[in-house]
Amino acid sequence: MNAVSQLDQVKTGPWNGGRSPWSVEYGKIMMWFFLLSDAFTFSSLLIYYGAQRFSKLTWPAPDKVFQSIPGVMEHGAPLVFVGIMTFILIMSSVTMVLAVEAGHRRSKKEVIGWMIATIIGGFMFLGCQAIEWTHLHHDGFWWGHIPSAEELKHFFNKPEDVSLIASQQFANLFFTITGFHGFHVFSGVIINIIILIMTINGTFEKRGHYLMVEKVGLYWHFVDLVWVFVFTFFYLV
Amino acid sequence: MSEHSHTTEGHGHDEHAGLSKGKIWKVFGILLLITVIEFIIALVLIPKGLMTQHIGNYVYIVLTLLKAFYIVAYFMHLKYEKLGLQLSLTVSFIFIIYFIVLMLTEGGFLNLHMLHH
Repeated sequence: MNAVSQLDQVKTGPWNGGRSPWSVEYGKIMMWFFLLSDAFTFSSLLIYYGAQRFSKLTWPAPDKVFQSIPGVMEHGAPLVFVGIMTFILIMSSVTMVLAVEAGHRRSKKEVIGWMIATIIGGFMFLGCQAIEWTHLHHDGFWWGHIPSAEELKHFFNKPEDVSLIASQQFANLFFTITGFHGFHVFSGVIINIIILIMTINGTFEKRGHYLMVEKVGLYWHFVDLVWVFVFTFFYLV
Repeated sequence: MSEHSHTTEGHGHDEHAGLSKGKIWKVFGILLLITVIEFIIALVLIPKGLMTQHIGNYVYIVLTLLKAFYIVAYFMHLKYEKLGLQLSLTVSFIFIIYFIVLMLTEGGFLNLHMLHH
């Protein structure tokens, strides 16, 4: 073997062209990088919230602000309603993976079933969030609005803790961050419905693979992932 | 050439064969269990004084990151992707960690500043 023939040899490494180095389809990689950028956006919002909380001497106590189960009881049930919301979102994440799993087996019927379950879960979560927002709005919290100093005493651990600035920052950031997350859930539901219609029409069956279900699945899990952080930093900490 | 790339793609799909149903429900169980532990801390341990809010906050953050790991690794399938993709997606978070340190230091300083004035 001489030097020339060595140069002529076709390189076969993963990055030498002609193949997908990560064995991931183009659209899926783009979805991943979109989610990375979205993670940066959500991180910025949550980090600003953290910085605000760190800078204030007191902050409204989550156990006191969120202690009602709308339609069941007004007071004394901290975290229960948001617990239901968290369960709904985790559950809809599971039905989404089950749809992806059914897609691998190209079982159209099962994909349809699990996608419908995921969409129902998404709508249930959005409904709960609407109720939660309405409740907090009735309490007097909104963008640029907080209850009177007297009423605010119910939302802090000690009456002398009441801080108008902290309450206003809490209200603004709560509605902005859960609103931005809710907007993601809403777009996720819309995208899921589009994919469901395409599945019913047999688009993916003709295409021979259900990769689109995997891609919307990534988005849907990301929405669940963000909720895990929102839940911790607004309701638990 | 196109035939070649087609076969590698096809091969990739086999490698990426999804999680089994059993594994999916197992991950669901873990996520549910972690959430239940968080609720026990929030509703029982801290109100009864068995754990301070301060320590509780650290536990919440650890449990949250654990949940995030299970969602990303299994539901989003990242654990089964190639190392290059895993690294390109996770290493970027070094900027987020830096931003967290930066902003919380700033917030902490303002807190102290307001205490002394």
